[in-house]
Amino acid sequence: MAEAYLRQGVLDHLHLDARAVREPGEARVALCERRFVGKVSLRGRPTKRFLAAVGQALGFEPPVAANTAAGKGGRAALWLGPDEWLVVTPPGSAGETAEALRAALKLQHCAVTEISDGRAVIGLSGARAREVLMKGCPLDLHARAFKAGHCAQSTLAKALVILHQTSDQPAYDIYVERSFADYLWAWLEDAAAEYGPAIVQG
Amino acid sequence: MFLIECPWCGPRDESEFDCGGEAHIERPADPAELSDEAWADYLFMRTNPKGRHRERWVHACGCRRWFNIERDTVSHRITAVYRMGRKPPGRR
Repeated sequence: MAEAYLRQGVLDHLHLDARAVREPGEARVALCERRFVGKVSLRGRPTKRFLAAVGQALGFEPPVAANTAAGKGGRAALWLGPDEWLVVTPPGSAGETAEALRAALKLQHCAVTEISDGRAVIGLSGARAREVLMKGCPLDLHARAFKAGHCAQSTLAKALVILHQTSDQPAYDIYVERSFADYLWAWLEDAAAEYGPAIVQG
Repeated sequence: MFLIECPWCGPRDESEFDCGGEAHIERPADPAELSDEAWADYLFMRTNPKGRHRERWVHACGCRRWFNIERDTVSHRITAVYRMGRKPPGRR
């Protein structure tokens, strides 16, 4: 990992902080980059023993229901497949989370990999956030079908993303592969233009 | 464009998937025993029915799992979705 003072967010070259407003006010769409979010890839068959061990390490069990997320205390586990989760942690704590998972899953067939810097996280929220996503995502995002606590792997403007709805405001966290982040940010700003988007601090 | 019911993720848009061609083609147990013709048939020849067809698909932009579907090549109607290693429903 880079020295702390050398670390840069994926979108720092866009100098979003210079354009950020303190209060999004009446903005119908707010965008931000969530910098340095910790991410750990967790793989393993969801046996009782596996789920219990992960629960012990994280403080909550990873969800086994498709397209859902569970979380507690700033950490979350996003269901990605029948034996795959993305564990999300606050900045700087992915390493210790991975260590805790490895210790709890000792002697079990599993894979725990820290992948924090592989993806950027873009936060999208506001009354018209759903409409912005609907311009480029094939998922059924209607409030009946996709709500707070749901997550899905899909495409947004043809970029592979993991979408996580964090609140019914609605607010979404969009996990996108690092090399697509600049492109996706530009697309999001363009798609949100008609709603007068506000850029906020992550 | 049609909806495909991924056995793990549920209904998703076709654009999230890739098709892997005809399903249930078994590798010959002893390829060395085959004639060139039979080997070529295994490698390259596929049926191209007008009507019900069983295919492998992968949820490439989602959970990245492979599975089988039975699809009508005329109407695109999907009549069955089943996991790898399972027999097509209604057939032994």
